[in-house]
Amino acid sequence: MLRKILTIVHKDIIAELRTKEMFSSMFVFALLVIVIFNFAFELRIANVKQVAPGVLWVAFTFAGMLGLNRSFILEKDKGCLEGLLLAPVDRSAIYFGKMLGNLIFMSVVEAIVLPIFWVLFNPPLFSPALILIIVLGTLGFAGVGTLFSAIAVHTRAREVMLPILLFPIVVPLMIAAVKITGGLLDGQPLSEMRNWLNLLVGFDVIFLTVSYMTFDYVVEE
Amino acid sequence: MIEIRGLVKSFGHKAVLKGIDLEVTDGQFLTLVGPNGAGKTTLIRILATLSKATSGTVWMDGFDLADESIDIRRRMGLVSHQTLLYDDLTPDENLRFYGRMYDVPDLEDRIEAVLQQVGLEGRRHDPVRTFSRGMQQRLAIARAILHRPSVLLLDEPDTGLDQHAAEMLHELLVTVGTKDRTVLMTTHNLERGLSMGDRVAILTGGQIVYGADKSTLDVKSFREMYYRSVK
Repeated sequence: MLRKILTIVHKDIIAELRTKEMFSSMFVFALLVIVIFNFAFELRIANVKQVAPGVLWVAFTFAGMLGLNRSFILEKDKGCLEGLLLAPVDRSAIYFGKMLGNLIFMSVVEAIVLPIFWVLFNPPLFSPALILIIVLGTLGFAGVGTLFSAIAVHTRAREVMLPILLFPIVVPLMIAAVKITGGLLDGQPLSEMRNWLNLLVGFDVIFLTVSYMTFDYVVEE
Repeated sequence: MIEIRGLVKSFGHKAVLKGIDLEVTDGQFLTLVGPNGAGKTTLIRILATLSKATSGTVWMDGFDLADESIDIRRRMGLVSHQTLLYDDLTPDENLRFYGRMYDVPDLEDRIEAVLQQVGLEGRRHDPVRTFSRGMQQRLAIARAILHRPSVLLLDEPDTGLDQHAAEMLHELLVTVGTKDRTVLMTTHNLERGLSMGDRVAILTGGQIVYGADKSTLDVKSFREMYYRSVK
């Protein structure tokens, strides 16, 4: 099964490297969010650092939404999703393959956007634990987002449908990620934010499991 | 072999297939004709494990569709009016991807062989989006037979092709696609369906209303029978 998952990821990466369609839109959007928020808050808020965690996660999740939207629309073109479903593999392999691809694309965008965010918002300190939080937050977002992207692609207003379906579900994840990110930027150790961390990890575990268990029903007619 | 017994498919209260009984023996080519909305594509989608039947049973090469769908998918190929190919990838990359998904042994040789069979070996590294519709459909045949399926499902494979491209496609299907395979093809084209199939059946209103061996029919009598059945 792992081989099939990696085959799907490899295919998605080749297709993306050829078009750069998903990556370029995600990156430009994340950059715009950070730059615009930076200018907007600079004028009105005395301490920009207070809003920096929120801005960072808005940029990550909104850019991620663009990627997730494209993820299954590309499969739907020319019936490629059916081509995937025809393959003699457990359909959870398709879910994990697509999810891993989305996770990689989001992570690459985040890796490029994070230094730019640092330059523009100039937060007080960098904590290595922040990387862990970004990974956990992105994993949960990509995990549940891949499932909802597969649902939304079958609807008529699919590009509008995904944010409407997904954002209410990821609210706990976003709150936990923003709270921990804020705490880390203020110099608090991760151990002092155990409740938020538990929420973040719990969200990832629960929603990855639920997505894995329900994906077969979602893609079935 | 494909064995269908009492197959029913409903969408809500609307029954699209109303108890289909059909058998395609090993190596046989059955052409299924019928008007729009008769349920042809729904039947093919169920056989391809893309849609679930409401009731009834389907056996393919001895495997039960309801419980052994992965085994069935391993033995089945599908050519539909959609190519199921990635436009931004080349034929080589598309076939390599599907070959890995199907665990095709000797994949390199097999890709070369099927591309040669469909006459696209010279375009192996060009993106699919640069291909004409006819070439894409030829590549779709290569994709469908790549894993050497024993059952081939053809769902109106010539949709959207001009006359010449459709003729080429059917020649190709006869020479490389359907040889030594059990084939079920749906089509609107009565003449072509009759010329390609060993047997023909008419599906209308969700039911098989007629079935006969090709040897007992000519185009004229089949045409008359078709119009009488679908009225």
